[in-house]
Amino acid sequence: MLQCKNLTCVREERVLFNNLNFTLTSGEILHVEGPNGIGKTSLFRLLVGLSSPYSGEICWQQENILSDRESYYQQMLYLGHKSGVKPELTALENLQFFQRLYNPSVEFDVWEILTQVGLVGYEDVLTGQLSAGQQRRVALARMWFSDCPLWILDEPFTAIDKNGVKVIENLLIKHVQNGGMVILTTHQDLSIPAELYKNLTLQKPAFGEQYV
Amino acid sequence: MWKWLHPYAKSEKSYALSGKLMPWFLVTAVITFVVGMVWGLAFAPADYQQGDSFRIIYIHVPAAMMAMAAYSTMAIAAFIALVWQIRLAEMTVAATAPIGAVYTFIALFTGAAWGKPMWGAWWVWDARLTSELILLFVYLGIIALYNAFSDKVLAGRAASILTLVGVINLPIIHFSVVWWNTLHQGATITKFDKPSMDTAMLYPLLIMIISFAAFLGFMSLYRFRNEILHRESHRPWVISLVQQSSTQINKRG
Amino acid sequence: MFNAFAQIVRKELLGAFRQQSDILNPIWFFVIVVTLFPLGIGTDPVLLARIAPGIIWVAALLAALLSFERLFKDDFIDGSLEQMMLAPYPLAWLVSAKVFAHWLLTGLPILLVSPLLAIFLSLEANTFWALFLTLLIGTPILSLLGAIGVALTIGLRKGGVLLSLIMLPLSIPILIFSTMAIDAAAYGQSYIGMLALLGAMLVGAITLAPFAIAASLRVSVS
Repeated sequence: MLQCKNLTCVREERVLFNNLNFTLTSGEILHVEGPNGIGKTSLFRLLVGLSSPYSGEICWQQENILSDRESYYQQMLYLGHKSGVKPELTALENLQFFQRLYNPSVEFDVWEILTQVGLVGYEDVLTGQLSAGQQRRVALARMWFSDCPLWILDEPFTAIDKNGVKVIENLLIKHVQNGGMVILTTHQDLSIPAELYKNLTLQKPAFGEQYV
Repeated sequence: MWKWLHPYAKSEKSYALSGKLMPWFLVTAVITFVVGMVWGLAFAPADYQQGDSFRIIYIHVPAAMMAMAAYSTMAIAAFIALVWQIRLAEMTVAATAPIGAVYTFIALFTGAAWGKPMWGAWWVWDARLTSELILLFVYLGIIALYNAFSDKVLAGRAASILTLVGVINLPIIHFSVVWWNTLHQGATITKFDKPSMDTAMLYPLLIMIISFAAFLGFMSLYRFRNEILHRESHRPWVISLVQQSSTQINKRG
Repeated sequence: MFNAFAQIVRKELLGAFRQQSDILNPIWFFVIVVTLFPLGIGTDPVLLARIAPGIIWVAALLAALLSFERLFKDDFIDGSLEQMMLAPYPLAWLVSAKVFAHWLLTGLPILLVSPLLAIFLSLEANTFWALFLTLLIGTPILSLLGAIGVALTIGLRKGGVLLSLIMLPLSIPILIFSTMAIDAAAYGQSYIGMLALLGAMLVGAITLAPFAIAASLRVSVS
């Protein structure tokens, strides 16, 4: 269970959001909405512990994520704007690195996953020479062999074609049906059954709330 | 003790407290400066070897000491900032650094000016002067790093880390420079080697040290208050403070 | 734990061998800078041997500065750095692996080309060994110190110059002790004491620097 308690984010002396509260339990997808620049990415970076909140706290299984990062990171997968994929390595090498460092206990068939993300035939090409969408797919392929219950996905569908979006949506549905949790942002409409996900809309702080 | 200190970890309280303390520091600094200067320059006896040129120690020594003291303050604040995550301590680091840098510069400048009559050159690679020069570089690095970040919270944390790295390094630097100096220069006469000073010369020096310390305190508090206002410009108490002072100005105008 | 260390080192080496110019250019720069000195001040072998330790060490410092750029910058740009910070291992341990790989790729080659420079600058065998040993102990300290500087400046737009301003003053003791050891060797004296000092600094840097690097990254990447 992931809990956000009275979260306030201040960036460069400007309040992005104030007193944000939500709880995510297993089997839920949280779709974070809001216009550009409202602080979605800042929220995600707080949720994964890359930055620390101005006030409030984020708890994973009742434990502040900043107090025990390592056990939180064993159960959390984050895919951000930047893919985290090394352009001078091949798709195969990138995936092997991720598997060995992040999920060493998981055994999986690389070819199966390459088929799923549509990269068969490109496994020996340097990732830097692939198209933007294909590079994105290399990063997203991590979801297939991740055993983490919590997935935090910042704009996962960027540069992915319609077919690919469909495949990923199915994967997300399967993940939450197995008791996982997903937090994501996207500017596309989700074609996931409405009962599976809930929305969180970030709003510009009202005038009085700009000062905390 | 922590319970007593805790309210002052809140920015509003420490803003008010430092506002109350500031005038005392300023008054002490000005009075001791006048007394120390007059005593040191006019009444203290001239040195039997250096004549009147020794009187520059009344600026040089206090500046050099306070340059170190400022760095020690920063190092302690940086440690507190990183271990207990207290934002005010970060602000202390940021507020003190430029003052320390200026003191270091004064110490360097007066040291060089003193060197001219003593050694016949504006600059010699004396161990103390070289250490002070490197201390100035370290100060400038911290200030430059702080100013390079646009988010001041991150800037304060980065400057704190660099301050701590520096505090581990500075003794090593000093030690290495002293050693390097003895090896390369043989025995240079360092100006602090004299076994003891005449008390008539020493008292004005002590008074000047107090003056420089009080001025360091005053300037740090002044910059610390500015830092608080700047960083907390999104907090209601700062807004109301600004509104109050602007209405006062309007009334007067 | 050790698997994670090995994985990171392996990935770094693999990436570096695909982009060899990243490793070769700083070495190349190092050799060129050293070559400039005889051209600038004349070829008197006695004079050259006298100033060789200083030249080589200052050149090594500058070459190290050039190479620091690749320590975290690429990782920062493509997002590998933030993924590394989210790995289920202590960050200080993972950055140690990064720095170790960086030293293998930039410090070690400097050691390997040092015999060539010894010939250029008319160093005797005994002096050369002192130079070699100081480089062997000193370059890892440079890598560790530099990594702190890089970690602090990585998120800044004009971090490069700032990095040198921060890092160069802190590396002065290494320069002093190393050149003193080489000087002592040139005069036929024992230099084991300086090496011991450098060694102590290396041990200190290995134990403390990774935590400073990790803390700096947590500040810069947020």
